[in-house]
Amino acid sequence: MNAALLWDSLPSVAAGFGVTMLMWLPGLALALALGLVFALLRQYGGRGVDAALGLVLAAVRGTPFLIQLFLLYYGGPLVGIDLDATSAGLLGLAVYGGAYYAEIMRGGFAAVPRGHLEAAVMAGLSRAQTLRRILLPEMALLILPAAVNMAVVLMKETAVLSIITVPELTMVITGIGSSTFAFTEAAFLLALTYWALTEATGVAGRFVERRMAQVRLA
Amino acid sequence: MIPAIRLEGVAKSFGAHQVLADISMEAQQGEVTCLIGPSGSGKSTLLRCMAFLELHDAGSIEVLGRPLGFAPGPMGARIRLPDGDVAQVRRGIGMVFQQFNLWPHMTALGNVMEALRLVLRLPRAEAEARARANLARVDLANRAGHYPAQLSGGQQQRVAIARALALEPRIMLFDEPTSSLDPELTGEVLRVMRRLAEDGMTMVVVTHEIGFAAQVAQHLVFLEHGGIALSGPPSEVFRRPWPPRLAGFLEGYLDRGAALLLSGR
Repeated sequence: MNAALLWDSLPSVAAGFGVTMLMWLPGLALALALGLVFALLRQYGGRGVDAALGLVLAAVRGTPFLIQLFLLYYGGPLVGIDLDATSAGLLGLAVYGGAYYAEIMRGGFAAVPRGHLEAAVMAGLSRAQTLRRILLPEMALLILPAAVNMAVVLMKETAVLSIITVPELTMVITGIGSSTFAFTEAAFLLALTYWALTEATGVAGRFVERRMAQVRLA
Repeated sequence: MIPAIRLEGVAKSFGAHQVLADISMEAQQGEVTCLIGPSGSGKSTLLRCMAFLELHDAGSIEVLGRPLGFAPGPMGARIRLPDGDVAQVRRGIGMVFQQFNLWPHMTALGNVMEALRLVLRLPRAEAEARARANLARVDLANRAGHYPAQLSGGQQQRVAIARALALEPRIMLFDEPTSSLDPELTGEVLRVMRRLAEDGMTMVVVTHEIGFAAQVAQHLVFLEHGGIALSGPPSEVFRRPWPPRLAGFLEGYLDRGAALLLSGR
């Protein structure tokens, strides 16, 4: 083990970590927003929209993220989508994550007890009010564990962005590995960092779940 | 006085299965009407039709003289009334469900306040005062800040009653309000309902609590196979000798003793 080599490159590792966070957190936010839009479109957009979107999202979920990024970044310019690496990475994360979140949220909507909606109808709430005040919050509560899980998956998928030259953690550390020939140490450090991030996310998720325990579905 | 709810020839099927056939009945204002009958007899569906949560296939329903959901059209056809019209008629109706159906992410107070704020558009202070008054009415003033998951079934159902009452409906519909409660929690809900009845609230109650029905109802409707087999005041419906069908039903109940005792009322 040549830990000193890695220690010397700490500043560039820190920069890589920063880029990873800057890809992950905004990518996660976009994925959640896109997932909600997809889920709502499938719910309220009519049969045609539901079927078409269902097919597209299944394709996104059914192909490797790596291939999607490749197609977007290297194939995009051929069809007029010319994005820099960071934008392509963010868009890729948003679409990939959005496809999964759409499915998670669809399940969440379906699991909200019909009776809660009937109670809203009888109380005189409009459809929009019912969606905003009853359906969305209850769905969010129901999907919380699955949503946190997916956030972790997305965090790990940011490593794939190195393939399109986004200077995030994986790219930085593998770069250090090749210039110092300390490949094993670099890979080990890399794994450790992602694992630490995963654990931190898990802790945050469990904290929120505990806070929400009192409002769990009765 | 116009009837609170009037049904004329109401029918309802789920697919090929006919649940209600040619139901005609009235629920009078200021009275308690209880719908009883074996499970599968259609009583819950009938009540849900009265709230337009189920759409009747045929016949007509009037709430306080206004058509619910459908108006008679030319040549015997019927016209589906717009949702806004249905919502307006529903304003006269409060509903209490077997499963309570409280919104789990809101406190008891929040559940009661929600429609006061969003539908009646009351200012916060006024909505809160009215919500608290209605929680007090069901003996839950000290549980305002609790979430549904922190309340017993009986307490949840009383919050649900307060939520409906806060909107000041003229008619309260109860769909088996105690059927998912432990026996020892049933009493507190029935007590609140009894008090409501004494205050003159118009109530239509689907219930398996024959004792409650016998004591509190002015009007009893016994359903069987989607039709009305017997109806009238409890003293008449429970008068002996019981027709075989009613006897078979009543004898299935543990508390048939209550009906026996009160049959001479």
